[in-house]
Amino acid sequence: MTQYILRRLLQLIPVFFGTTFLIYVLVWAVPGDPFSGKCGQVACPQAYIDQMTAKFNLNDSIFVQYFKYLGRLFTGDWGETFNGNSIGDMIATAYPVTVRLALIAVAIEAIIGISAGILTGLRGKGFLDNLVLMSTTFLISLPVFVTAIVLQLVLGTEWGIIDTSVSADATVGELIVPGLALGSLSMAYVARLSRTSIAENRHADYVRTAIAKGQPRSRVVGVHLLRNSVIPVITFLGTDIGALMGGAIVTEGVFNINGIGGLIFRGIQNREGATVTGVVVLLVVVYLLTSLIIDLLYAVLDPRIRYD
Amino acid sequence: MRLSRRFWGATAVVTTMALVLAACGGGGDTKSGASNADASVSVYGTEPQNTLIPSNTNELGGTKAVQPMFAALVGYRGDTAAPYNLMADSITTTDSKVFDIKIKQGWKFHDGTEVKAKNFVDAWNWAAYGPNGQINEGFFSAIEGYDTVSAKAPTTDKMTGLKTVGDYEFQVTLSAPFSVFSTMIGYTAFAPLPDVFFKDPKAFGEHPVGNGPLKFVSRTPNVNIKLTRFDDYKGEDKVKFKDLEVRIYASQETAYQDLQSNKLDFMETLPPSAIAGGKYKADLGDKLVQGHLLGLSTIAVPYYVPGYNNPDLRKAISLAINREQITKTVMNDTYVPADGYVSQGIEGYRPGVCGEFCKYDPAKAKEYFAKSGFKGKLTIASNADGGRKEPLVAACNSIKNALGVECDFVPATDFGQWRSIVVGKKLTGMGRSDWSADYPSIEDFLNPIYKTGASSNDSSYSNPAVDAKLKQADGTADKAAAIKLYQEAEDLIAKDLPSIPVWDEKGVAAKSSRLKTANLDFRRLADYSSIEVAS
Repeated sequence: MTQYILRRLLQLIPVFFGTTFLIYVLVWAVPGDPFSGKCGQVACPQAYIDQMTAKFNLNDSIFVQYFKYLGRLFTGDWGETFNGNSIGDMIATAYPVTVRLALIAVAIEAIIGISAGILTGLRGKGFLDNLVLMSTTFLISLPVFVTAIVLQLVLGTEWGIIDTSVSADATVGELIVPGLALGSLSMAYVARLSRTSIAENRHADYVRTAIAKGQPRSRVVGVHLLRNSVIPVITFLGTDIGALMGGAIVTEGVFNINGIGGLIFRGIQNREGATVTGVVVLLVVVYLLTSLIIDLLYAVLDPRIRYD
Repeated sequence: MRLSRRFWGATAVVTTMALVLAACGGGGDTKSGASNADASVSVYGTEPQNTLIPSNTNELGGTKAVQPMFAALVGYRGDTAAPYNLMADSITTTDSKVFDIKIKQGWKFHDGTEVKAKNFVDAWNWAAYGPNGQINEGFFSAIEGYDTVSAKAPTTDKMTGLKTVGDYEFQVTLSAPFSVFSTMIGYTAFAPLPDVFFKDPKAFGEHPVGNGPLKFVSRTPNVNIKLTRFDDYKGEDKVKFKDLEVRIYASQETAYQDLQSNKLDFMETLPPSAIAGGKYKADLGDKLVQGHLLGLSTIAVPYYVPGYNNPDLRKAISLAINREQITKTVMNDTYVPADGYVSQGIEGYRPGVCGEFCKYDPAKAKEYFAKSGFKGKLTIASNADGGRKEPLVAACNSIKNALGVECDFVPATDFGQWRSIVVGKKLTGMGRSDWSADYPSIEDFLNPIYKTGASSNDSSYSNPAVDAKLKQADGTADKAAAIKLYQEAEDLIAKDLPSIPVWDEKGVAAKSSRLKTANLDFRRLADYSSIEVAS
């Protein structure tokens, strides 16, 4: 087990260098001069361009730029944006908000999605099954920005139940509706995934054995059936949480949440390699760690899986 | 019929209630006359593109916070944009070359130090100094000695044209006479800087100390900038509220929703979705704020594009654009048709300078087009975001219908890419060329755009007669005479049609119902001194 974890952690190193370099090159390759639109209808003064070019090493080759960046990163300096903000500080304010939003979205997905899946999976065909099937089809066909804007307009502007935008503190209460919008699509997938999985396993041999042994229904469903059926769902939720930690540009934009998604978006728009790479470094690490945790969870859920 | 006692009882209750309610209503009315001087106000904002230093702030996002933190020598009236002496006690000149400036005594920076003449001189020298790389350094180019100071490796960091005469007086010598200088120095870049700035400009950028009506409190990138009233402020543009929050939004749509539910107090611009179909008029009602921006939209017809150096073609295109209809149906009354090269509402504007050529006349357009002998396709290029595309597509269609020639809109991905095409002279057809004045003067609509080699001369226009006239106007000390000369230059330009005036922006903004009054000034900023919060 320890060896397995160690091996997985060592894998982080090449992935870290590979992704950061790729991202740095990609941002660098975005066409256009970062200073061409900075001075409105007037061309920027040469002195300004010279100073910024020198400050951000823009004249160096891409390799030199990248290694200078890495060097600073290892000393804990995330760099600065073109308008003089510390990227480290910006990530520090934006990341907790994104994490909160992602966790709320995943919690909504898991609670509503899995319960709907269990109910329909156990009961089989009927009114409830049709209802869940239809509503999930509806949710899957709606793009997130539609869900988000509809929720904002109806609950916020029309009914006044929620605020139309999230305040600077972004408390858990304020994030529930954005989390619902963000999680709605995956919630539908989770419901369907767990429904199929449960419907399938319901007729599995081990379930029949458990029933034959005379075990109470609650134990058959709760322990035998659920534990085995939930593995694909956990995999899905795991990758989803990784994806959501990477920020949700659309939802964040609609509700004006100061999260990681908006940070990356602005970084790309302004062609600020340092911002984008900085955020992505963090995301890569988070993504790798969550997938490691998910893999370890398998062993807990399914005793047949061993990491030795 | 006998009415029950219960009936009378009910009537009595209703009558009493009506009286009480009326009394409350009456009380409310008198109350709304007063305003709440301790209220806080929030305005829509975007993340500043540069550090919050006056000489490094040139776009709306930063200006919104920097402008109210600093008071320049000259202020501009919110309603008429007319300049008046704000920090200056007097600005005198006899030849428009040497300006003697006296400043008012007893004004303080937010850190308590007094504003003295040297604060202006030092700030201007610092801004013009090449190695400091300030975005607004070009504004100081009229001052004598600018060229040596702004060089890449300057030998001195002091412009010879700036001389401190006393604590409250300094003298500015320009390298050539420039009559509009006394108006130009109201631009934020000319603000004074306190001594603490020069010790650590970087720290200052994070916590600016100005001399304006509002002082800095805090800033969280991508979230907000908070300011509060500076009670020691002596200027006449004092604010009538306490705290100001410039709240950063990623999307205008969200800000607009917030405004409608009174979570946000002022927005100086409306999202394209609200303007489409004139929806904003129904949405906002009496929350609509109208101003007049000093900005003009033209379509540049570059001389370097083959076949475009043709006056008849220019006339044909201009005659073929139905400005009235497009400003009404596509832009939904947020713009009015342009009829000259100067924005309406500025001193020196005359209606109809462009004359018959800015009026829609498809028959005459066809005539000129036949005379021009132009073959091929016409294109209009621009960045397509922020509602820029729709009016230009409409203009293209209008040209297509009137002239029977193909016309396409060519989109650029964003403003940055768009400007690099224009500045690099890589246009292959016509291009959008909008101008917003930095300071309210007829000069600012002509010199930066139509002088040979000027910084925003998108058409690459060059006419020695225009250059000479502009130079003569710059050197004329008498204001009325100077304006007359600028007008003559405008007439000369209108004959050549280097770019085609299309629309003039009215400026529509919105306020929440919390605000009793709020005006929009010519720079597309909230006129902070006009904001009053209902109590």
